[in-house]
Amino acid sequence: MDSSLQLEKRLARRGITRREFMKFCAAMAATLALPARYTPRIAAALNEAARTPLVWLEFQDCAGNTESFLRASNPTVVEIVLEILSVNYHETIMAPAGRMAEKSLLDTVEQYPGQYIAVVEGSIPTKDGGVYCTIGGRTALDIVREVCGKALATIAVGACAWDGGWPAASPNPTGAVGVQKAVPGLKNLINMPGCPMNVANLTAVIVHFLTFNELPATDVMGRPLFAYGHIIHNYCPRRGHFDAGRYVEEWGDEGHRKGWCLYKMGCKGPQTYSNCPTVLWNDGTNWPIGASHGCVGCMAPAFWDTMTPFYERLPKAQVEGFGVEASADTIGLAVVGGVTAAFAAHGVVSAVRARRQPLASHEEATLTATTEKPDNQ
Amino acid sequence: MRAVENALGIQIPDNARLIRNIIEAAQYVQDHVIHFYHLHALDWVDIVSALDADPADTAALAQSISDWPKSSADYFQTVKDRLSAFVASGQLGLFANGYWGHPAYALPPEANLMAVAHYLEALDWQKEIIKIHALLGGKNPHLQTYLVGGMAVPVNPNEQSAINAHTIARLKSWARMGLDFVAKVYIPDLLAVASFYKDWAGLGGGVGNYLAYGDFPQVGDDPNTFFLPRGVIFNKELSPPKPLDEQAIKEYVAHSWYAYTEGDQVAKHPSEGETQPNYTGPQPPYDFLNTDGKYSWLKSPRYQDAPMEVGPLARMLVAYASGHARVQEVVNMVLDTLGVGPEALFSTLGRVAARGVETLVLAEQLENWIDELAANMGRGDWAVFNGDMWEKKNWPDEAYGWGSTEAPRGALGHWVHIKNGMIANYQAIVPSTWNASPRDANGQRGPYEAALIDTPVADPEQPIEILRTVHSFDPCMACAVHVVDGRGREVTRIKIV
Repeated sequence: MDSSLQLEKRLARRGITRREFMKFCAAMAATLALPARYTPRIAAALNEAARTPLVWLEFQDCAGNTESFLRASNPTVVEIVLEILSVNYHETIMAPAGRMAEKSLLDTVEQYPGQYIAVVEGSIPTKDGGVYCTIGGRTALDIVREVCGKALATIAVGACAWDGGWPAASPNPTGAVGVQKAVPGLKNLINMPGCPMNVANLTAVIVHFLTFNELPATDVMGRPLFAYGHIIHNYCPRRGHFDAGRYVEEWGDEGHRKGWCLYKMGCKGPQTYSNCPTVLWNDGTNWPIGASHGCVGCMAPAFWDTMTPFYERLPKAQVEGFGVEASADTIGLAVVGGVTAAFAAHGVVSAVRARRQPLASHEEATLTATTEKPDNQ
Repeated sequence: MRAVENALGIQIPDNARLIRNIIEAAQYVQDHVIHFYHLHALDWVDIVSALDADPADTAALAQSISDWPKSSADYFQTVKDRLSAFVASGQLGLFANGYWGHPAYALPPEANLMAVAHYLEALDWQKEIIKIHALLGGKNPHLQTYLVGGMAVPVNPNEQSAINAHTIARLKSWARMGLDFVAKVYIPDLLAVASFYKDWAGLGGGVGNYLAYGDFPQVGDDPNTFFLPRGVIFNKELSPPKPLDEQAIKEYVAHSWYAYTEGDQVAKHPSEGETQPNYTGPQPPYDFLNTDGKYSWLKSPRYQDAPMEVGPLARMLVAYASGHARVQEVVNMVLDTLGVGPEALFSTLGRVAARGVETLVLAEQLENWIDELAANMGRGDWAVFNGDMWEKKNWPDEAYGWGSTEAPRGALGHWVHIKNGMIANYQAIVPSTWNASPRDANGQRGPYEAALIDTPVADPEQPIEILRTVHSFDPCMACAVHVVDGRGREVTRIKIV
C-alpha cells in the first residue's frame, strides 16, 4: 500500500498538524487507561497503510447502536469511515442496496477471511427455523454464523446482540439470542452491552485493537474491563447524597430539584457495571442520572426482565441512612447473583481474564452448535 | 406514555409539554438532515463524479446559493483531496458497489463535490445538535426522561443539577446551530439538487391519501392547538383536510403473517387488535415470496378502508391545506424556485422537498419553545410532573387509551388496554407499517407498492430509480427489515412488466 496514504499525512492535508494528531492519540491512551508511553504506539498503529475492513450486521434491532455509532467524537465517524477503518458493510448508511449491498458483505468475507472485524447489532431469532429475521432470503442465524465465524474478531454491540435484549424478554416469542449463543464457541468475541452501547467505548475498543493487535481485557462475560469494570454506584456523583440519606422521594420534589440520590425512584446504579458516570454520553455532555432520571440498568444481563419495574427500588437494598460504603458492592453482587443464572455459572462478577486477550485462531473453534459454553477461555 | 396518560386522564404540566416539544423538534431537525445527506443523497449525488469537479467552480456555485462560510475554493480543494486519497486507497468501504456513473445521475461534478462536502459536514453537525437530547434526557439515542405524567428532568433556576439559565443558554446555542445549518446548507442544497431532477416531480406519487395525527401542542394536549395540525387528505384534495376519526383506523392481515380469531378477511381496530404470528412463507433460504398469499410481517393499516401515506409530505400537505402560514410560505418558495405547481408535491420529489420544508419550519420554531420554557421559569413555574396517577391504587379497574405522536418518518399511534393495574392488550401502528404495508383484503396496495407502479427503470440490473422512491419515504429498516427483501423483488417484478 502506498505509504503516502498514512493517516497522519491524510490528516495533514486537512490542516491537522502532527501535534494535534499526537494529542488525539494521547487522549485515546487515556480513555483506554494506558500509560502515556503508549501514545507513539497508537500513532504508529493508526498510520498503518491498509485499513482494517469492518462489517456491521443488523438483525432484530432498532438501529440504536448505529445511531450511537454516528455520535462518535474521538475519532469521529467521518475519520473512522474515511481514514481509520474500511467500513465495507452497514445496511443503514452504505450507498448500495439490495444485491449490491449483499455483494459488499460477501466480497469482504471472501477477500479478507480472518482479517475483518464483525460488529453485530440486534438479536438473532432461532425459533421456527429463524423465519423471524431474514435478509435477502437468508436467516440471521445463517448470516451471523458465517460472517462472525470467519472474522478476525467480533464485537457484539448493545443489549440485543449480547444476550438477546428486548426481543428476548419474556416470553421471547421468536427465540431471540445474542451472538455468544447463536455462534457457540466463537473466539475473539467482545460484548458491549447497553441500550445502546456507548460509542466512546466502541471507538476505544477499535483503537485498542488496531494499536495492540489484540482485544482489551474482559471479564468472564466478555465485557471490556475499562468500560464495564465498576459499579455505577461507586463512581456516581450523587453517591454523597446516598451515603448521607438524602433521597428523591417524588418526581419534582425538592430533593429532585437539588440533585439528590435517585435510589428510591428505582435507580439501578448500585447493581449495574458501566463507566457511564465517568465517560458520560454524547461527547461528555451528560448521562441519565445527570439528567435526574435513575439508571435503568441497560448494561446489566437480561435487563428487561431483571431490572423492571424501572421505577421500583432495588429489592434487597437495605441501605437507607448511613454507613453503606461496604455494602454497595455487596448489594450489587447479591442482587445480580440472585437474578441471573449466568453469573452463578461463571462465578464472581469481577473475575478477570488475562490482562489482554491475544487473538485466538478460529480453526480451534467449532462453528456448529455445541455444548461448549461461550467465553470460557 | 401518551396512551397511558390518555387512558388515565392525566394532564401534564406546561413545562413537560415544552420539554417534549423541544426534544421532538430537535429530533426532527437532526433526523431529517441525516436522512437527506446520509440515507438518501447518494441516490441523487454521484460521489465519484465529484472527483472531476473544479474546486473554484464549486466555490462559485456554493457562494451563489448560500452565504454559508465554508465555501472557498481552498476548502473544496481540501475535500476533493480527502476524497481522492480515499478512492486511491482502493478501499471504497461504504461507497463500494454503488451505482456510480449511472446515466440517471444528473448533477454536474461541481454540485456533486459540494454535496459530498456537506455530507461530511452534516455528519459532524448532527452529533452536536442532538446534544439537546443529552442535556434534557441524559443521552442520545434512547434518552431517559419521559414519565407517565410529565418529565423527569427538573426545573430550578437556582440549582446546578436542574434546568437553569445555563441549560437554556446551551439549548439556544444548539438550536441556532441547527437553524443555521438547515437554512444555509440543507435548504439551498435541496433546491439545487431538486432543480436537476424535476422529472421526479411527476413520479412516485402513490396512493394520494395522506394522514397526519399532528403534534407539538401549543396548549395542554389539545389537538386543535397542534403546531403541525391533524387531518386527513383524500385523493390529493388540497381543500381543508378532513378531521381525523381515530375509530376509523383498522388493520388487515390478509397478506400478513398473522392470524385473526375471526378470520383473515376482517379488519380490526387496534384497541381490540391481535398479534398472533402465522408464518406461511417459504423456509429460508429462499429467493422469492409468494405475493398471492401472505408475504409480510407488517399488517395493513387502513383509514376508512383506504391506504394512507404518512410522514413529512402528509404533515406538510395537511398543514398547507389547513392554512399554516409559515408552511404555506416555505412550500410556495420551494415551488416558485423550482418553477412547478402544487401538483408537483404528490411525488417522490415532493416527499423529499416536504421533509426539507418541515425541517426549516421546526428549526425556526425550536427556539420559541425554549424561550417559553425560560419564561415559565422566570414566573416561578417549575412543575414538570403530575403525580396524581403515579400510584396504581389511584387507577380505575379498567381503562382504554390512545396516544399519538408524529415521529420524523410519520404518524405513530399506540393503543393500550389496562385491566386491574396490568396491560391487557397493547398495539402500536408505526409509520412504516402505514407506508410499507402489504395489500389488504380488498387488494389495495400500500403506499410503497403504489408509488413504484409505472416507475421507469433504465437498467434493471441497477435500479436506482426504485431506491429513489422507496428511500424518499424514509423507511424504518428496523421495523420492516423484510422490506429490504421486498425491494429486491419489486425490481424483478418490474422487469417482468
